[in-house]
Amino acid sequence: MKFLVSVLLTAYLGYVMGVYTHLPWWSFAITSALVALSVKQSPFSSFIAGFLGMFLLWFMLALIKDTANQHILSQRVAPLLKMGSSSMLLVFVTGLVGGLVSGFAAIFGYQLSKSAKAILSINLE
Amino acid sequence: MRFVYLSLSLFCTIALIWALNTRWSTGTTKTPRLGYFLSPQQGFWQNAESASADFNAQIKSPELKGKVDVYVDGRLVPHVFAENDFDAYFVQGFLHAKFRLWQMEFQTHVAAGRLSEVIGKEGLNTDRFFRRLGMVYGAEQAMAATDMDSAMKNSVNAYAAGVNAYIHSLQPENIPFEYKLLDYEPENWTPLKTYLFLMFMSFDLSGRDVNTDLQMTNAKNYFGWDNFKQLYPNVQDSLDPIIPRGTAFAKAGFKPQTPADAAQRYFGRNDTIVQKASAYQPFAVPTPDAGNGSNNWAVSGSKTKSKSPILCNDPHLGLNLPSLWFEMQISTPSHNTYGASFPGAPAVVIGFNDSIAWGVTNAGRDVMDLYNVRFKDELKKEYLMNGNWILSEQRQEVIQVRDGANLSEVVPITQYGPVLYDNEFNNPDARGLTLAVKWTANTPNSGIKAFYLLNRAKNYDDYATAIRNWTCPGQNFVFASKSGDIAIKQQGTFVAKWKNQGDFIMPGTDSVYQWQGMIPMDENPMIKNPARGFVSSANQKPTDSTYPYYLGSAHHFPLYRGIVINKKLTAMNDITPDDMKKMQTNNYNVFAEMARPVLLKYIDKNGLTPNEKKYLALLETWNLKGDPQEKGATVFRCIWDSLETAVWGDEMAGSKFKLPEPDSYSLLERMLKGTADLMADDITTKGKTETIQDDVITALRKACKALVLLEQSDQLEWAKNKDTYIQHLLKIPALNRLHLPIGGGEDMINASKSNHGPGWRMVVQLSAETEAYCIYPGGQSGNPGSIYYDTFVNSWAEGTYYKALFLKKESAASNDQVKWHITFANN
Repeated sequence: MKFLVSVLLTAYLGYVMGVYTHLPWWSFAITSALVALSVKQSPFSSFIAGFLGMFLLWFMLALIKDTANQHILSQRVAPLLKMGSSSMLLVFVTGLVGGLVSGFAAIFGYQLSKSAKAILSINLE
Repeated sequence: MRFVYLSLSLFCTIALIWALNTRWSTGTTKTPRLGYFLSPQQGFWQNAESASADFNAQIKSPELKGKVDVYVDGRLVPHVFAENDFDAYFVQGFLHAKFRLWQMEFQTHVAAGRLSEVIGKEGLNTDRFFRRLGMVYGAEQAMAATDMDSAMKNSVNAYAAGVNAYIHSLQPENIPFEYKLLDYEPENWTPLKTYLFLMFMSFDLSGRDVNTDLQMTNAKNYFGWDNFKQLYPNVQDSLDPIIPRGTAFAKAGFKPQTPADAAQRYFGRNDTIVQKASAYQPFAVPTPDAGNGSNNWAVSGSKTKSKSPILCNDPHLGLNLPSLWFEMQISTPSHNTYGASFPGAPAVVIGFNDSIAWGVTNAGRDVMDLYNVRFKDELKKEYLMNGNWILSEQRQEVIQVRDGANLSEVVPITQYGPVLYDNEFNNPDARGLTLAVKWTANTPNSGIKAFYLLNRAKNYDDYATAIRNWTCPGQNFVFASKSGDIAIKQQGTFVAKWKNQGDFIMPGTDSVYQWQGMIPMDENPMIKNPARGFVSSANQKPTDSTYPYYLGSAHHFPLYRGIVINKKLTAMNDITPDDMKKMQTNNYNVFAEMARPVLLKYIDKNGLTPNEKKYLALLETWNLKGDPQEKGATVFRCIWDSLETAVWGDEMAGSKFKLPEPDSYSLLERMLKGTADLMADDITTKGKTETIQDDVITALRKACKALVLLEQSDQLEWAKNKDTYIQHLLKIPALNRLHLPIGGGEDMINASKSNHGPGWRMVVQLSAETEAYCIYPGGQSGNPGSIYYDTFVNSWAEGTYYKALFLKKESAASNDQVKWHITFANN
């Protein structure tokens, strides 16, 4: 349940950050870290949840655009990025890029929550 | 330990973001910032326009004076109905930007010498070149002159305001694809940019002499004047000029005098090398394509089936995506005009209105000369003129270089114009000379007004008045009206030159070599309603030798398209628009018609190998057309090119400096006259003197070797051999359209070469109900992510046309070809 919540929350907040297009493209890294900081899970689950949240979001958003566009632009961009002529590979790589940044940010969020606890316990002593 | 993990995870996250937010070098180019570029909410996916995109919109802008309705048809051609000029050009600017913003800005950046701001130091040579050519200076001159006319100032400013209204409406994710790829942002549009764009067109159509004058000078020095004259002859025996032979011309109103010392000082050999080639960085000077030209013609009602005139035009320029042209209709209470416009400038450039139609071809006249000036010292502040030192103007140019330091340099401006080449900026062919450029495009003019007035012209007199504004580049303006007139005039500011003036580098220290005067505009070649029932031009010489002025080196005037056009039009009667379409896309090669018999005459079949016989048979049975599947066209091209190399390749190889390719007619006309043995001897074979016959055999043998290879790689068919493609302005292969199955080429009416050709084709019948057909090899949208990016390319290659939807205000809204409606209002 926790896992599902953090995936969905990562995706949702990532989408919201993306709506504000004056912000840098990587702004979702902050929300992904925050999700991992707030929803307690193992480090591995945090990474996977962070990864999946943005992977699925970017993958889906790209897929929707690509389908409506009848693959016209992806067919031109794929060779430009040395991806042959595969629209699907380009959609997948798009998801991968979002997912990786988000996953690493989630690990950082997880470490931050652990460290905060440690700092808190040091202070109590 | 905890904090190590924390730091490590933070470091990894930041490093990953940094790597994905960095432009990585790949040779001379850089990657986009991948994270940004791939981001579906910001990056390129946002430019992936839905194939069923809805272009309906309501635009509000406080700058508008009234309401404007834009009806957009299924091909994405906008039909603008405005209440006044300001609103019409505001909306035109808005729409150009909506569909072509990146292209508009990029082209004007190049013209202004600002390419380095976009692509970095790779653009420096181009930028320095255009700044030294005085492109910005020229644009400023034109703007200042045009601004004096309030209607023109109003139109250009309205256009700029419309472009800016669109730019300001853009959210970051909506900027065009190429900005995201190269990672920069659009800036505000200014009226000056319109003039910069027009300067670029002037350069493209009259700037070849930045190179050819240098190479011609090299050739004159290398061969000597007498041989030069034969190799690069100014007389073309087979010329069929724009103004029919036998037309009487008035006596020259101005007679230029050849300087007394020209024989030695100008025509003599003067090949001083000031600087060794190794002393500077050679680079390829941006040179307009030698094929830049066009066809246009108009036939009078006496020769048409409908009894109404028909006007046709197809300008030949580089074939690019996004296209140079944008099709549209602009209507106000004062005019209703349809045709091709330039994204970057207001009004329609080639088109028709309710009363007339017009079109242009390049005149090819020489309006740019290079002067060899002498400065007192390295500071280049004073230059010698008639024995006195004269102060030059100093123009400071600062080029901003992306990811690099600014380059600042002073360009001296002499009374000729700016110093293009000197010891700091050299073209290897300039031999280190200090050369100032004199060019009519750099002088105050309001040429843009010609188009503004043509858009509104109602009859011949309006046309004649309109084009008087045109100064540079010289154009052949063809005209036809519903009232039945046809006309053509070669219009521009032309220099009254003594014979061969400006064909070579001119001495710049003595005022007798300066331009002595201009040809009075009324003496420009023109003809109205000729007895033969048609007018035409195809960049050939405008007149025969009875015209009382020197027209410039014949090297600038292609010969053969004009011959075939006039031959066909003379023979045709009961002409329909369909006949004209067939003619514009005709692939008959009249050069080959003349050349094949002389080639065959010299070939003795005994002693040929079976392969040589096979290819020779293809040539013999060829129908003389450059149709896509014709193999004979490829065989002919290979043999002819090999022949030119055999004749003068050996001599030319001996020159230290680049020489201009002699024109094909130079060899062909000498072969026809039987005087082709000049240079036929292969100077690399000792003790043997080859004749033209030997050269033809050599050429056949050599060509056959090449043909075998071509056949092995399936490139024997003409279309496959020339391999026409449309190139994106950034030359990125994935954005091009490659391998188009289209015929045509050099010397054919359908001048579709490899990456050059008829970028706009138009046929207009001026019947009671105007009937017009157009096409261009592109699409209305400049967005590579739009289905409208290259919509017309396949049809263009097939040679088909679209019927122009020329709407009337009353019925526009209900026309069933109108697909979308954009309204503009001020509240």
